[in-house]
Amino acid sequence: MWVAQVLINALVLGCLYACIAIGFSLVWGVLNVINLIHGSFIVLGAYLAWGLYQALAIPPWYVLVIAAPLFFILGYLLQWLLLNRVITAPVLVTLTLTFGLDLILNNAMIYYFKADYRKLTLSPPMGSISLFDVVVPVDRLVATGFALALTGVLYLILRRLRVGRAIVAVRLDRDAAVLMGVDVKSIYATAFGLGAALAGCAGVLMALIFPISPLTSSTFLGKAFVVCVLGGLGSVSGALAGGLLLALVESVGATFLGPSHVTTLSFALLIVFLIARPQGLLGRKGFE
Amino acid sequence: MTRVNLALLVFIGCVAALPLFGGAYALRLGTIACMYAILALSWNVVGGFAGYPSFATAAFFGFGAYATGVLLNKGVPLAPSILATLVASLLLAGLLGAVLLRLRGHYFAIASLSLVEVLRELVNNATDLTGGGMGLNIPLASGSGILADATFFFYAMWGLLLATALMVIGVSMSKLGFGLACIRQNETASDMVGLNTTLYKSAAFGLSACFVSAAGGLYAAWVHYIDPSDVFDILYSVKPIVMALMGGLGSPLGVVSGAFLYLALEEVVWRNYIQIHSGVLGVLIVMLLLFLPHGLISLRSRMFWRKAKHV
Repeated sequence: MWVAQVLINALVLGCLYACIAIGFSLVWGVLNVINLIHGSFIVLGAYLAWGLYQALAIPPWYVLVIAAPLFFILGYLLQWLLLNRVITAPVLVTLTLTFGLDLILNNAMIYYFKADYRKLTLSPPMGSISLFDVVVPVDRLVATGFALALTGVLYLILRRLRVGRAIVAVRLDRDAAVLMGVDVKSIYATAFGLGAALAGCAGVLMALIFPISPLTSSTFLGKAFVVCVLGGLGSVSGALAGGLLLALVESVGATFLGPSHVTTLSFALLIVFLIARPQGLLGRKGFE
Repeated sequence: MTRVNLALLVFIGCVAALPLFGGAYALRLGTIACMYAILALSWNVVGGFAGYPSFATAAFFGFGAYATGVLLNKGVPLAPSILATLVASLLLAGLLGAVLLRLRGHYFAIASLSLVEVLRELVNNATDLTGGGMGLNIPLASGSGILADATFFFYAMWGLLLATALMVIGVSMSKLGFGLACIRQNETASDMVGLNTTLYKSAAFGLSACFVSAAGGLYAAWVHYIDPSDVFDILYSVKPIVMALMGGLGSPLGVVSGAFLYLALEEVVWRNYIQIHSGVLGVLIVMLLLFLPHGLISLRSRMFWRKAKHV
């Protein structure tokens, strides 16, 4: 029966990982920028959910509606005002710039929220359900449901909306998109805004499950890295596949080797994937 | 040897006179300045000359600190420990480089970042050898008074800086440096004309790692206590990049002055704004990248240096 429990755990965790990584993957895929501020956005989203619940008792799933536009605007402005200026510079410059921005945001959060770990505890707690010895906490299940829904929303935006098609076009061939009349600068800003919105929403969901502190941002960022490389860049299905694979490896690894080796395992997997299959599980070759 | 490189050696020579002027505090600052300059110069070999965005500096710094720390705990004297660390790290980085440097751009950056995580977790879990998360205490090396100790470690670090500078100047004047510049400009083309790019990149990666590890080893012996989150701090990877960007990518003199300037700024910020020091560092990075992307060396007056060789 423990096999079923491990699989269920991996499934639930995998959807959450996909949700963490998907905005990161979008920004990396479309803008070719490794967005190191992503982890801090997630933590900021979690603080938003925590703060609104403490102050006004608004449940996290309603906070999603507030968080998405707020973070979209934040991300859009950041890209429009700062990142667009250096977007054509080499990898090193954009990466270091987002690192600098991350330092600022993270320091601001430590300053205002302190480094204490906090947890959003719903009252009354949601409990857990068990089916044939397999136990799943309900709050995790709810968060997973919302994570899948968010992933679906992004998929629909990229598939159905005009702006989504433009984002995909820029990702596939920047120069051709320009020739077709796409305003690349505003598409970059939109894509970055979408990435930030997804990070904020992921953070809101994380607040339900994990303890939050500004110091956890690097953990989230690390997961996003691994998921992106495992699954393949810039596609919704890739992030989902990567998230599930990572969660499966972590759950099985924790069962057999103990939880202290999970991080080593996941990063070792990352390096193996980078060398053997840099395009990821579902990625196609040639889109760098 | 170009005038810029001569200027670098003269500058480093001047630094050696520091103990004549300052007390223990100045010596501490000087030691850290030399350490930062070693990290930045070493990073410059792979990041500035070859153009590979390496974030592995912290990995090798931590590796060196732990290698030396463990050796010192086993009773090996300081100098052989540092030497062993240097050789071990040269070999390790050369091997890792042959594998990791097949990746380009973002993928290489991510792989080198995750190298730090992997090594940190390995050290964290090898409790028997390294003490794990409890850290590692390192026996006092000389034990002869505070000022004598400080002077000793200052000159040790300074000597290492001199060695690093000579290595970097040597690389920049040799065929290796020329090959790395070719790789930076167009790797595929240099491969086509018969340059063994894998060998060149591995050599550069190895050289950029070994002095960093030796500096890590000296740091461990100097502070007597290390723990994984301290020496494998990702900031050790990022700071050299900021210093190099500050001074001017690819120019050894620029990089060293960038390191010294960075330390000065860091010290001022630390002293006055302890609670927001990393935020101020972030603002500094953002400003630097937006307004001075080619570093201080790009501000140089034309009559003194006619043209920059590696920009």
